[in-house]
Amino acid sequence: MSDTLVPQLVDGLAALMLLTSFALLAQHRLLSVLNWFAAQGFLLATTAAVVAYGTNNHELYISALMALLLKGLLLPWLLWRVIRQLHVHREVEPLMNRTMTMLIALALTLFSFHIIQPIEKISHLMTRDSMAIAMACVLLGMLMMITRRKAITQVIGFLAVENSLFFAAIGSTNGMPLVVEIGIAFDVLIAALIFGLFFFQIRDTFDSLEVDAMHAHLIHKDDDE
Amino acid sequence: MRSALVQFFQAGMLLLLAPLLAGFVATCRARLQNRRGAGVMQPWRNLRKLFSKEVVMASHASWIFRTAPYVVFTATVMAASVVPAMLVDTPLSLIADVIALVALLALSRFFQALAGMDIGTAFGGMGASREMTFAALGEPAMLMSIFVISLSAHSTNLTSMINHTLNSPFALHPSLAFALVAMLLVALAENGRIPIDNPTTHLELTMIHEAMILEYSGRHLALMEWAAMVKLLLFSTLIVDLFMPWGMAVNTDAISLVQAFGLWLLKVAGLMIALALAETGMAKLRLFDVPEYLSGAFVIAFLGLLSFYMLEVGA
Repeated sequence: MSDTLVPQLVDGLAALMLLTSFALLAQHRLLSVLNWFAAQGFLLATTAAVVAYGTNNHELYISALMALLLKGLLLPWLLWRVIRQLHVHREVEPLMNRTMTMLIALALTLFSFHIIQPIEKISHLMTRDSMAIAMACVLLGMLMMITRRKAITQVIGFLAVENSLFFAAIGSTNGMPLVVEIGIAFDVLIAALIFGLFFFQIRDTFDSLEVDAMHAHLIHKDDDE
Repeated sequence: MRSALVQFFQAGMLLLLAPLLAGFVATCRARLQNRRGAGVMQPWRNLRKLFSKEVVMASHASWIFRTAPYVVFTATVMAASVVPAMLVDTPLSLIADVIALVALLALSRFFQALAGMDIGTAFGGMGASREMTFAALGEPAMLMSIFVISLSAHSTNLTSMINHTLNSPFALHPSLAFALVAMLLVALAENGRIPIDNPTTHLELTMIHEAMILEYSGRHLALMEWAAMVKLLLFSTLIVDLFMPWGMAVNTDAISLVQAFGLWLLKVAGLMIALALAETGMAKLRLFDVPEYLSGAFVIAFLGLLSFYMLEVGA
């Protein structure tokens, strides 16, 4: 049973992963962006657990647990606290028209599929099909980082890129060594904490979380001198 | 011979059941809102009333206005009779092509919009322009989501698509899930249901479908409304056909036909209950958000296509 079911499950989870990446781009409200981000964390944990079951790799269960705790619960909670304290749960203001962003996102997905296709042919892993999707998710996270004005959404974009890299690692190598993963997990955690601190600093200094406002502030200072 | 009879029975059933189904959705919605509702037969009673009333027409209505209800009704019924409901392989299955189906629906929409503009009132023109704008976005999404299934069946013919689904072993297909979601979103929009249009409202600012047929009366209005009900049944049958055809009759012996008929009714009723639940739970979208909703459906359908190539072709 597990011969056919596990690859199918991984494919399904990969498709859901792609869906969450698009949903992150499409959301209007910061809190729903955060919900989708948490959902992505849960998906990652599930994928890791399924792949662990399929490949009998017990270390991956630990990765799955870490993904669940860190990416599914802790990071969203941290960001949620920051959002509440900064009162920024209003709408996300993208730099570009939403439909345009979606079209670019589709183009990026096609592009990554095109890039990954030859690599997929030489792989024999059962999870090889999900590599193109992982690549697409990385690009989509980057797209999110460049099309958003608010620092918080940019950080969520960054964390989404990290999620996709984790997903790529599961898909292409059936998981990195546990030491590396623990290291990355702590890096991300610390990064999120530092970002959280930065948000407060940025708001105190510039009265806004909009990246453009910082730029304007600097130009303003140049004029004064 | 027998399959031709089944074909006629099927088309007749679609015609007769469509108002009942509309009444069923209305009753479900009423129950969900703690009202008693007018009953399942109410659309039939409305149609009977309208058919017995005289037709009142504006003095400058042209022949387009007069013929449009017949064209709309005929095109919709034609489209509905082509879609297999119980029997997979019917005499009409050669023309049961999804592109032809979408074209028939587009023909009916075209005449509806023409009739809306013909009479020269502001509402008719407004409704027509809205309908055409949303149709231009909805149609590609619908075709795209159907193409996801066509890709694996290597055909755009409904009968061969159903046969392909019936014969392939059960497996998880992420692409089909995407296609289903996109199709459901488009079906809501195409039938003027709640997040896009409210079929029960005559509130001038928000109506789309009702604005186009505002000037109709008597049997013309009856035909227009009947066509809308048939269209709802047509879409639910299409969704059942494409995504859950299990239990459809492959040959024409009595037992499998009765079974297929019962299952079809059950599946369509299930979809209608889901529709009533969705309509009760959702609020109508702002008109300017509708293009975003429809392009969202398009994106989801396209994701279905992509994930088909990414996940299912190589595997």
